Amino acid sequence: MSAYKTNNKVVAWIEERLPIFSMLQHSAVEYPTPRNLNYWWNFGSLAGFMLVVMILTGVFLVMNYTPNTHMAFESVDRIMRDVNYGWLLRYLHSNGASMFFILVYIHIMRGMYYGSYKAPRELLWWVGIAIYLAMMATGFLGYVLPWGQMSFWGATVITNLFSAIPVVGPHIVTWLWGGFSVGNPTLNRFFSLHYLFPFVIFALVFVHLWALHTVKSNNPLGIDVKSPQDTIPFHPYYTIKDLFGIGVFLMFYLSFVFFAPNFFGEPDNYIPANPMMTPPHIVPEWYYLPFYAILRSIPDKLGGVVAMFSAILVLLFLPWLDSSKVRSGKFRPIFKQLFWLFLADCFVLGWVGAQVPSPNVTLIGRFATVYYFAHFLVILPLLGKFEKARPLPASISAPVLKGGGMAAGAHAQPMEKA
Amino acid sequence: MRKLILPLLAAAFLAGAGSAARAHEGPELLHPGFSFEGVMGRYDPAALKRGFQVFHEVCSNCHSLNRVAYRSLAAIGLTPAQIKSLAAEREIQDGPNDEGQMFMRPGRPSDAYIPPFPNKQAAAAANGGAAPPDLSLMAKARKGGPNYIYSLMLGFEDTPPADVKIPDGKFYNTVFPGHAISMPPPIQDDVVTYADGTKATKEQITRDVVTFLNWAAEPELDERKSLGLEVLAFLAVLTALLYALKRQIWKDVH
Amino acid sequence: MADPASHAQPSTTDGQSRRDFLLYATSTVGVVGTGLALWPFVQSMNPAADTLALATTEVDISKVQVGQAITVAWRGKPVFIRHRTPEEISEARAADNADLRDPQKDAQRVEKPEWLVVIGICTHLGCVPLGQKPTDPRGEFGGWFCPCHGSQYDTSGRIRKGPAPRNLEVPKYAFINDHTIRIG
Repeated sequence: MSAYKTNNKVVAWIEERLPIFSMLQHSAVEYPTPRNLNYWWNFGSLAGFMLVVMILTGVFLVMNYTPNTHMAFESVDRIMRDVNYGWLLRYLHSNGASMFFILVYIHIMRGMYYGSYKAPRELLWWVGIAIYLAMMATGFLGYVLPWGQMSFWGATVITNLFSAIPVVGPHIVTWLWGGFSVGNPTLNRFFSLHYLFPFVIFALVFVHLWALHTVKSNNPLGIDVKSPQDTIPFHPYYTIKDLFGIGVFLMFYLSFVFFAPNFFGEPDNYIPANPMMTPPHIVPEWYYLPFYAILRSIPDKLGGVVAMFSAILVLLFLPWLDSSKVRSGKFRPIFKQLFWLFLADCFVLGWVGAQVPSPNVTLIGRFATVYYFAHFLVILPLLGKFEKARPLPASISAPVLKGGGMAAGAHAQPMEKA
Repeated sequence: MRKLILPLLAAAFLAGAGSAARAHEGPELLHPGFSFEGVMGRYDPAALKRGFQVFHEVCSNCHSLNRVAYRSLAAIGLTPAQIKSLAAEREIQDGPNDEGQMFMRPGRPSDAYIPPFPNKQAAAAANGGAAPPDLSLMAKARKGGPNYIYSLMLGFEDTPPADVKIPDGKFYNTVFPGHAISMPPPIQDDVVTYADGTKATKEQITRDVVTFLNWAAEPELDERKSLGLEVLAFLAVLTALLYALKRQIWKDVH
Repeated sequence: MADPASHAQPSTTDGQSRRDFLLYATSTVGVVGTGLALWPFVQSMNPAADTLALATTEVDISKVQVGQAITVAWRGKPVFIRHRTPEEISEARAADNADLRDPQKDAQRVEKPEWLVVIGICTHLGCVPLGQKPTDPRGEFGGWFCPCHGSQYDTSGRIRKGPAPRNLEVPKYAFINDHTIRIG
């Protein structure tokens, strides 16, 4: 880290004691970034922005929320009606959850398409999965807090997943509930954890950035930075690009908040929780639907739960399951097709998850589940061995400066050594 | 081209997921077209007032409106004096007083709309075993929202189809899940008389009261949409500026 | 090739001044937007509509004997209502021309001389003064005595001794009839 030069005495005084300015200079201003990042690389910073929005709106909502089964629904309704701009804060928060997942899903898919999980970025990928898991937990806990019908029955169904564990399962469920059914103790602890987890996510984001700045950003070509020509400083190039991205995203996000605030919601959650009556059709929030479909496609209780968790945990092994040495899908003609097929498979699973179970739907769900796992466990390990990758460019700056692809017919380059 | 695929897929998926649950339920709903629909849609003040009259004279005999305070009716144009006398029409239990007794007192503007029955059991006992649901959030708590309520109110038929059995004390309704509803048909032509001279047809009355009920569930709608337009206009300018600046800064890189 | 230091060079070219203009315009709009976005957050901490609606309280004072006092809650704060004795009234009147820290005539502080209505919160740091019960210490001036830092109030609720800067506040109130007061 080069010494930070300044004429400002206050800055110099602080810098001597806590080198915060040189750190910022190093990691947010000078930070050398590949010059060829496309707009798919905006979604990481967008997700970070969304995390801040969620924490901020959440903190202010808590000022008027009461985590008690007798008052939770009323307190949320009071936020909507009586608290100044309470409706805005709540709709920002509830729609924000969906936005956060949209952004993170695109971010994950970008990483999968461009091979951002491959060496040396395995730990960066792992921390990302940890963030995703923490987000899923936070989203679930938060959905319970308004104490509507979907809150209550969502909590009941999800906590009951743990009863599938042999021997200790029922005890774990009782422990999670703090009673013999979902009730006030459950709501209290869910509230406590819902407030805690975002700060865990925040810490994980720091680790994610730390890992990123150690191994540096991947790029659409998937090849390593070879010379200073390949990079540009983060500021002002990517700060302005990220800010522009935030502007576009905000227009998308706020269109829902102001004009279709209940688009992602379920009408049943405007009915206060009733432990004596389950709504006729309960579905989880859309961001869990693919995993919900996997759960339902296995006819065995324990098997379904195992499959569901495996569907996420298999991502941990992705850096080693993908045997190809080429990072970017841009140069992998077959992988590219299969990537879109995999994405379509995820959408099919999502659709299945939203349906009322019927024999046909279950059949589709089973095929899609099998394909989901086959993509990771069969296709990716084999594909790297048989696929003939297109030639890689010599450097990042070469094709960018020439503004075109490589000459056709050049033979495949040896692997990028990562 | 491919850049478009993902957003399109995502949009299709979101629309699918959003409507998926809706797709396989119940009969087609009527879509009378309410003034408050769409980006530019706002509540029709006259309809709100008429709708409140219908609620007050008809619905509130059986249904509660527990989350709407009398004071908030100022937003649909009631004067403070009207609100005060309206609140005082019904009595509510308060107390204990200095002797330790609970007592009844007239409602105040700060009270929530006083329900017709003191509790759910009393409501059920007086209505053939089925307590009339609270209407405060009804327009948000049913799939189809205002269109569902509208269709339900106009969905009564005297003679059910041959294959539908309606138990005694219930009524056939084309929209209600299971088709056997405990509520008798609440709206007929001229069940209310409008002060503003609007002809009180069944459809008009229903449209008005649904408008009022949607207001009860979403009182912030007018403010929300107006603010939304301002915010999006502002963001459009800011984003355009950011884009121009981005182009300017990146000019020498490409 | 990008030059990270290019914005530090003297801006002489058209492109440079265009870029500067864009930078200032965008920054201004962005800062204004951020400020406006924070407004709902700040506003949400102000009293909500239901809180404001509870801002009045009606009190039945028919059972308060001469010399007695009651405490009622208004906006979550104690309000002292004292049925003053003729001696207390004359004491308060007599002190009108004393050396008062916060000069006010007793007549300005009451609607009816026999009824004193004040917010029971010491103007020093917000404790509730003693003096409502007959057994309470009332300080040298026969009114109220604040146990926290020793402020003493007279029978008109005026500050006479101790650190408090102002008299006990008189809330907005009105007699609806002879035995009912509406506060707020």
